Order: sequence, then structure tokens, then C-alpha cells
Amino acid sequence: MTSDADNPIVLDVRAMRVAVRTDHGDGPVLVDDVSLQLRRGEVIGLIGESGAGKSTIGLAAMGYTRRNCFIVGGEILFAGSDLRAMSLEQRRALRGLKLSYIAQSAAASFNPAMTLMDQVCEAPIRHGVMGRAEAEAAAVQLFRELDLPNPETIGSRYPHQVSGGQLQRVMAAMAMIGKPEVIVFDEPTTALDVTTQVECLAAFRRLIREHRAAALYITHDLAVVAQIADRIMVLRRGKMVEFGEARRILQEPQDAYTRRLVRERIASLAFVARPESAVPLLEVDGVTAHYAGKPKVIDDVSLTIHRGDTVAVVGESGSGKSTLARVVTGLLTRASGDVRFDGASLAPRLKDRSRDQLRRIQMIYQMPDVALNPQQTLLDVIGRPVAFYFKKTRAGVRARVLELLRQMDLPENFIDRKTSELSGGQKQRVSIARALAAEPDLIICDEVTSALDQLVGEEILRLLKRLQDELGIGYMFITHDLGTVKRIANKVVVMLRGRTVAGGDTASVFAPPYHPYTELLLSSVPEMRPDWLDGVLARRSARASA
Amino acid sequence: MRLFGHKLSVLAQIGLAVIALNLVMAIFAPLIAPYDQTTVLGDAWADPDAQHWLGLDNLGRDLLSRLIFGARMSIGLALVITALSFFIGIVSGFAAAVAGGWVDQALSRFVDLLLSMPTLIFAFVILSVLGSGLPVLIVTIAVLDSTKVFRLARSVAVGLVSLEFVEAARLRGEGWWWIITREILPNAIPPLTAEFGLRFCFTFLFIAALSFLGLGVQPPDADWGSMVKDYRDMINFGYAAPIYPAAAIAILTIGVNFVVDWMLSIHSRGQGEGA
Amino acid sequence: MEPARRAATPGALWPAGNDGAGSGVGRLILQRSILGVLTLLAASALIFIGTEILPGDLASAILQNQATPENLAKLRLDLGLDKPAIVRYVAWLFGALRGDFGHSLANGRDVLEEITPRFANTMFLAAYAALVAVPLAVGLGLAAAIRQGGVFDRTVNLLTLMTISVPEYFLAYLLIKYVAVDLGWFPSLANVSSDTPFLDRLYYAFLPMVTLVLVIVAHMMRMTRASVLAVMASPYIEMAILKGLTKTRIVLRHALPNALAPIISVIALNLAYLIVGVVVVETVFVYPGLGQLMVDEVSKHDVPVVQACGLIFAATFIVLNMVADILAILSNPRLRQPR
Repeated sequence: MTSDADNPIVLDVRAMRVAVRTDHGDGPVLVDDVSLQLRRGEVIGLIGESGAGKSTIGLAAMGYTRRNCFIVGGEILFAGSDLRAMSLEQRRALRGLKLSYIAQSAAASFNPAMTLMDQVCEAPIRHGVMGRAEAEAAAVQLFRELDLPNPETIGSRYPHQVSGGQLQRVMAAMAMIGKPEVIVFDEPTTALDVTTQVECLAAFRRLIREHRAAALYITHDLAVVAQIADRIMVLRRGKMVEFGEARRILQEPQDAYTRRLVRERIASLAFVARPESAVPLLEVDGVTAHYAGKPKVIDDVSLTIHRGDTVAVVGESGSGKSTLARVVTGLLTRASGDVRFDGASLAPRLKDRSRDQLRRIQMIYQMPDVALNPQQTLLDVIGRPVAFYFKKTRAGVRARVLELLRQMDLPENFIDRKTSELSGGQKQRVSIARALAAEPDLIICDEVTSALDQLVGEEILRLLKRLQDELGIGYMFITHDLGTVKRIANKVVVMLRGRTVAGGDTASVFAPPYHPYTELLLSSVPEMRPDWLDGVLARRSARASA
Repeated sequence: MRLFGHKLSVLAQIGLAVIALNLVMAIFAPLIAPYDQTTVLGDAWADPDAQHWLGLDNLGRDLLSRLIFGARMSIGLALVITALSFFIGIVSGFAAAVAGGWVDQALSRFVDLLLSMPTLIFAFVILSVLGSGLPVLIVTIAVLDSTKVFRLARSVAVGLVSLEFVEAARLRGEGWWWIITREILPNAIPPLTAEFGLRFCFTFLFIAALSFLGLGVQPPDADWGSMVKDYRDMINFGYAAPIYPAAAIAILTIGVNFVVDWMLSIHSRGQGEGA
Repeated sequence: MEPARRAATPGALWPAGNDGAGSGVGRLILQRSILGVLTLLAASALIFIGTEILPGDLASAILQNQATPENLAKLRLDLGLDKPAIVRYVAWLFGALRGDFGHSLANGRDVLEEITPRFANTMFLAAYAALVAVPLAVGLGLAAAIRQGGVFDRTVNLLTLMTISVPEYFLAYLLIKYVAVDLGWFPSLANVSSDTPFLDRLYYAFLPMVTLVLVIVAHMMRMTRASVLAVMASPYIEMAILKGLTKTRIVLRHALPNALAPIISVIALNLAYLIVGVVVVETVFVYPGLGQLMVDEVSKHDVPVVQACGLIFAATFIVLNMVADILAILSNPRLRQPR
């Protein structure tokens, strides 16, 4: 880093407040008394869970708020003048040139009816700082810097014709083309698979450094922000919790909340070696399946789960891991292969299975919002499997539901609440209670933490772990998050395009010699070390040149 | 006032009041109407006075009383038809969504076909052969209208069937009856209620239009639509007679639409961020 | 966070993907056209069956109480009722394709001759109303969408909510009472004939046109507003704002092209509705169109005329819907530019 004199303050946010105001009156305060000074060439990471106000700050830094939101206090100084005091026209003149924005979902943020080149060049041409030819040349140059394939011609394509990772980089080009002084990155890699995320992160960082732009980098992932930010601001419910040098925040967090965020990320639940019982609980043997009239989604997949096992099924989107769950449950009929449960072959179709077989395999879903009927009370939801499988009396059902609520650390007076009144983490606990009410031997967990905030997700994982220790249930744990896998699974199956590429004990799969894809996946998972990304890139380029 | 757990808008309150007033008028017509609807009380087209607020009609009957009694036929018929069309539409729509496969295909294609033709024209074709008896009207319009209910019910059910709480019920081994009545129906009621309002408006206007064209309710029965037809010639002599029953029709449909519009708006609330 | 799995939606009419590179749009349009022809065929069958569902037979229904055994038998022979239904359907269909719809049972005239001038009148009225209504509705819809939540938007919203709820004849009689009778500006009867000069036709048909316009503008305007608003709420519009583009540019270059497909289908839908709405309005103003003819012949049980009118109305309706779908395909960049 060079001295402050070379790096003047470009963005100075002072005691900013953003609040919701509608026709019906004032709503909640989204951002409360946040200040930050961004210098030229500096990247400040804004980190927090959902509802922390990160995106609102990012947008407000451009003088923009979403519908019904208003900046109600403080100053936002860009190059010395307050964005709030400017006219609409003055703010407009800055956006797209001096201030630019990169959104989370590139697919939704590009106009489907315009070519990429038209959209990338639009801002400088419309603001009158470049001619068409000049803008196109600059765009091609940026495409090249961002390692996009066919930089000369990719601009003539439409958004739906390129992949998500490429589109995200085109959006970076669109943000950079006006030579901005401040760029707001709003969770730009969150929607991407891990292997794609590495490429995008590397491209973004190189671009920021080469152009010496200042940036606000918004994310919920500490490991991602560690790679790119000079300073980190931790936010919670619209307020600043802690703000400081990236290394210090990561290594010596002062605030209790930050410490929890950092610790949960590093913490690892120890592996438990389990004695293998004679008969496996679930055996998936060479299963192939496809949807009607479509090509195979999973091809010759096998795995074995014993009582008390946690078997992780890992893969990126489209790898067929959720389809495998549908075949095991019978929602999708397998085309070939066999699925045996407790030694007996399971009928391929759901309706041909016995009630007891159905009871013994339960499922927990990714989105607790749609996994629970919003019109039902907790008694309805959790009590139904009790009544359905065990034919208990009403009083018996109620007593069992109360017992389950206690086990889930949910208050007993929740029993008559509707599921729609609960928070995301509470809903997921209810989903687990519903599964447990059937007293199953195997629970299929389909991305159960990925829709939840980090700390809430950690609590759910700890709960699942505790239940396994108490009840000896087997878990089939479907996830794309290798961090989670390493910590909770004793066995792993790695899937790629419908096939298993590696499998076995977690320790052996995640230790050399790796399968190349396993290694790619492993090396792509961001780590908290700020030099992690440099290390990955160095190793990859060394391998490529070797 | 609150309904479905949401605060009613001013327009929705007006709408509910209009609906209530009309229902009261229809149910208690003999108590409310100042005169009998069939008695001849004076000269045809006598001007309004203190006894006859809207004057007398083409046969010398009290126009206001005829309007009040007309509510029975107009609203009653529309309610019966809408109820029947809902029954047909929901049963077949849910069946198609839940059964899937060829049942769904066959029903959906048939409905596509019926919807590919203007309802009024198809009704004409059938009425030209069968005549305009009340049972014919009820069944014809209910069947034609049920196609739209079918589409909504099917899409609501398909949307819900793919939700994971329904999948969870299937995995538990629940039967279709449980899934439809306990999991799907409670969630389908708000959209279906709004649709009931819309369909009621449609059948109500449709019956009135047929009557106005002389193809709906036949004498001696009378609804507001046939009253417009009976009085229409007088408009050229400066009488407002056909406007009264037409206004009665308009006021009720506007009222229902106010309520429906509010119902639809509570579903879309909370969405739509942007400029 | 991994994006949530999207549930498969069965019954989608169009395959979203394009497996044949380059030929995607052409094939979709061809498919849609074939579907249109098939629908038309099925609709003709439905109209024919509609007149066959009679308990007893057509001849006794037509003659009613004048049915003597002799004239019943003669009529049955005239109508060809001795042949099986399928044979009569095919004969009727091929006749219709050649323009031969048979003869009116009421007056024995050739149905085509009876229909042709009426059809021209109806098309004139519908086109008249459409030319006024479409620009008005799209303009108002855009204006309301841009000023979303403003006074203009709220006022227009309330007014249109009221006019869509109101029957055509209510508006028509209000116009007749106040504009035609009290003020005397326009005639209350639109009794045009084939030798009425063009400008006089515009004058005579003015009130029927206004009635139709009032009814469909409300629908069209509300749907235009809704589809523009849906587009305006999308992230790429936010992106355009954050690129510092002007409001005009955002609406014209970013919102409108994407709202075009829904707006086109709204227009076609309402033009199709116009064809039906015309029936009532023609009756109110005693305008000699196809709708009025059809209403008259329905009460006379004049089946050949009813069938012919029904077929023409249905065909217009189906063709309009088909054109709407094809225009929507053409205006969708995802379909126009295959992967």
C-alpha cells in the first residue's frame, strides 16, 4: 500500500441512515448510523448475514435506494460533494461512469433483448464520453483482461447465450468501461458454483488492482472477502459491529459477533469412526435414472450407508445429487440398478412401497419456506406422521409433539402456531422434528443449510449431529459445500455430471492422491487465509505451464 | 375491517357494502318492494311521482318494484351457475393436476379447444337448437365457464403439487384425498375466492347480455337484462327506463370488482422493487 | 447459496429449448400455424356437434307445432338428415370452404349472400374501434406505468376498474340518452346500408365505436400497464438506472422491447373480444352487422345461418389468437437468437 497522500478519499459516507417509508407510515430502519471512508485503490468488504443492510449501503453509496426506501440522514460525499444534495441529473451523470455497480444475478441484470456489446458500451456512449468504435475497442480489451473466451465476438451474443460465470465477468466489464472511481460489488459470486467462483474472484481482483479503482465488496462469505478486501466492515441488523484491517478482523476479531462468525467458519466437528454393522442400512447399486424422454441424469451410481453413518453426496449444480435422492425415495423411478434398504430391495416406485418402508426413510429439504404447509400449525405438521404411522390418540400425539419440540430446542408454546409465523431457522427445526416424528432409520438431508444464514446453519448442523449421537440415525447429506462435508461426514461420494468420480472415507477422499475433479473442488473452496487465492492461482498456473 | 387477515381498502369496503345490499334486496324482495311486481297500477310509462319513484313500465307496473324483484333472478341465476361451474372446474382441474399423464392431457386439450372459441358464439349455437329454457341456460353457461375455472384450479394445484410440503406428504404415503383436502385446498382458497368473484361477474354479465339479446331469461320470468330489452325503445323518447336495470347490473359488478381487485392486490403486495 | 431447484412444469405448450440451431423460430411458427388450423377444424366440428345434440331431430325443432308427417319427412330430406352425421359434417365443411353455407331456413336465401354485406359492416365497426382503441390504450397504459402510484395512475386505475365492470349496453344507453337524444349530436340508430358514403358511415357508427372503445380500452390499458410494470420491476431495469441512463432511454430501450410480447398478446386478446362485444353493441344501435343477424337467426332456429356465423366468428377469434402468439414468438429474443 502506498501513502494516503497518493490515495485521496473518493467516497466518504458519514452517519448514513436508510429507512423504509410507505404510504402507511414509517417502516424499519435498514441502515443505522454507518460511516466509512474509501480511498483510491482500496477495497472495503461489507460482511453480514441477511438483513444486515449490506446491499442497501452499497446502493446508497451510488445515491440510489430501492422502492419505499429513503436515505433519511447523514452525508454521502463523492469527491467532496454530497450525493444527497445533488439534483437527479447530477447523480445520473455520475452513475455508470464514476460510480458503477455489479449485481448478484448477472442473468437477471442483463436486458434479454439487447446484445452484450450494446449493454456494455451503453453507459459511456450515452454519457457522451466515448464514441461507438472507441467504446467497443475498450470493451474488447476488458473482455480480454477478464479471460473471456472469444473476446472479439462474445459481444455480439445475447445474455442467454453465455454461461453464468462468463456473464458475471461481462458485467464486470460493463462496470469498468467508464473507468469508475468507485465500484460496488454486490455478492457477485454468490450464485456461482465454487469452481467458477475462483475464476471470477481472480478476474475481479486483477481488474481492481490494475485500474486502481476503489471498491465496496459485499458478501456473506468471510473467506471470499478475505481474498479481496483491505479492510472489512462487519454489519448486523443495519449497524456496524466492527471495522478494521482485514487481517486483524480475521485473526483477532474484537467483537463477540465477529468472533462467532470467524470461529464457526474455522471450527470443525471431529470425525467419528463408526463400527460397521453387518447389514448396510442403504445400498444404492449401479443406479441409472432419467426424466421422461430426457437423457440420463444419473448414471451407474453406487453408495452404501450404515447405521450411524453420515454420507455426504457432493457436487456442483447439475451433478445429479438431488436426483439421486429422488430415486432413493421413489419419487423418480430408477431405470436400472437396485436400491436395497436393510437388506431388502425397495420397489422402484413410491406407491409400491410399504408404509413401514416409507416411515423409515425421511427427508429434510433445502427451502424450509416451501417444505412446510403455511396453513398448518406445528401440531398439524409434526403430529401428522405420529398419527399416521403410529395410530396414537390425540393426547398421545400432542405429548409426542411437545417432546419433539423440546428435543429441537423450540418453545413448547409454539405448538399451536402456524408454520408461516416462524423464522427460517425455526422452520428448519420443525422440518427436522417432522422427520424424527416418524422415528426413521435414514434421513436424507437435501442442502439443508444452504438457504440459511451462516450462524443459523451451524446450529442446525450441530442439532443434526446431536440427534445422530443420541439416536444412531444414518444421514445421506446432499450438499455443494465442501466445508460442511469435511466437518460432518465420515464418508463422501463426489458426483460430476451424473457419475460418481470418487467415494470412500472422508479422510481418504480428501487426502492425496486425489481424483483431479476432487482436487479442483477442494482447491476452489475459499479459505480464510488472505493469501489463499494467490496460492491457488500460483499452483494452477505452475501446473498449466508444466 | 379485516378479511383474510388483511385490512380492507376503502374501495373494498364500498364493494362489500354493495354486495350485501344486493343480497338483502334479492332475499327480502317481497318485504322491501313497495308493490307487487306483476300488478298493473296505472298507465304505461307514467312519470315518476311520490308513490312510484321510478315511474311505471311498459305495462303500467311499478318500475322500482320490478327492479327489486329482478335482483332475485339476476343474482340467483348467476350464483347457481357460478357454483356449478366452480364445482365442475375445480373437480376436473384438481383431478388433472393430481392425476397428470393422459387424463391431464385429454382434459387440458379439450378445455383449450372450448376456450379457443368465443363463449357467447358457442352459447348461441347451442341455444339456437335447444332454446332458452332455464336448465339449458344454467348447464350451458356453467360448462362453458368451468373451462376458465379448470385452468386456474389446475395451475394452482400444479404449483402446489410441486411444492415440497406436498412432496413430503406423498413420501409419507398419504392418499390423494388427504393431499387435496388438507395440503392443497387450504392454500388454494384465497386465489379461488378471488376467481369466484371474477367468474360471478362474468356469468352475471353473460346471462344479462343473453337476456338483453332476447336469448336468456324468457317471459314471464324477468331479470335485469331482459328489463333493459323490454324498455330499450323508450330511450329514443327521452325516458331513462332501460338505464335503471343496466345501472343495477353495473353497480353490482363494480362492487364485486372492487373486492376482487383488493384480493388480488394482497397477493402481489411486497413484490416489485425498482425505480 | 445454491439456487433453489425449480420444479418441472408439465403441460408447457412450447418446448423452451431449441435443438435445431437457427431453425428454432421458423419451426415454432410452423407448429403454431398447424395448431391454429387444427383448432379451427376442431372448432368447426364443435359447432356442428353443437347443432346435433338436440334430443329428437333438427327438423321437428324447426317446424315445432307445424310439424305434419309429410313436411317433416320433406324437411329431413332437404336437410340431408337421412345421412349419417359424419357425412353431413364433411359435406358441410367442404361446402363452407368453397363458400357454400347452404340456404337459410327462414327465407331460403343463399347464406353466403346474406352474410357477406353484414360481415363487411361488422369488420368496419371493429376496425374503426380498434384504430381508436389500440393507440389510446397503449399510450394510457405506458403513461400510467411511468407515473406508477401517482394521481394520474390512480385516477385512470379507478376509472378503468369501473368501465371493465360495466355492461356494454349500459354505456351505450347512457350515450344514447345524453349524447344522441338530449344533445342530438349523433344519431341513436346506426342504420347504415351498402350505399352509405364512407364519411357518413364514420358518423353513423360513431356512438357504437365509442361504446366499444370504452369497454376494450379499459382492459387493454390495465394489461399494458401491468406488463410494463412487471418489466420495470426486473433487475436489469435497476441496472439501467445504476448505469445513469435517462428515464426515456430506460423505458424505450430497456422496458418496452421486453414488454412488447405481452402487450401484443393483450392487443390480440382484446381484438378477439371486440369481435364478441360487437354482437351486443350492434343490437343496441340496430347496426346491420353479423352479430345482429346471428342473434335474430338464433331465435328463429335458423341453423345453417347460425352455423355459418358461428364459424366466421370462431375463425376470426382463432386467427387473431394465432397471430398474437406468432408475434410474441418473433418479439422474444430468447427464441429469435437460439443458443
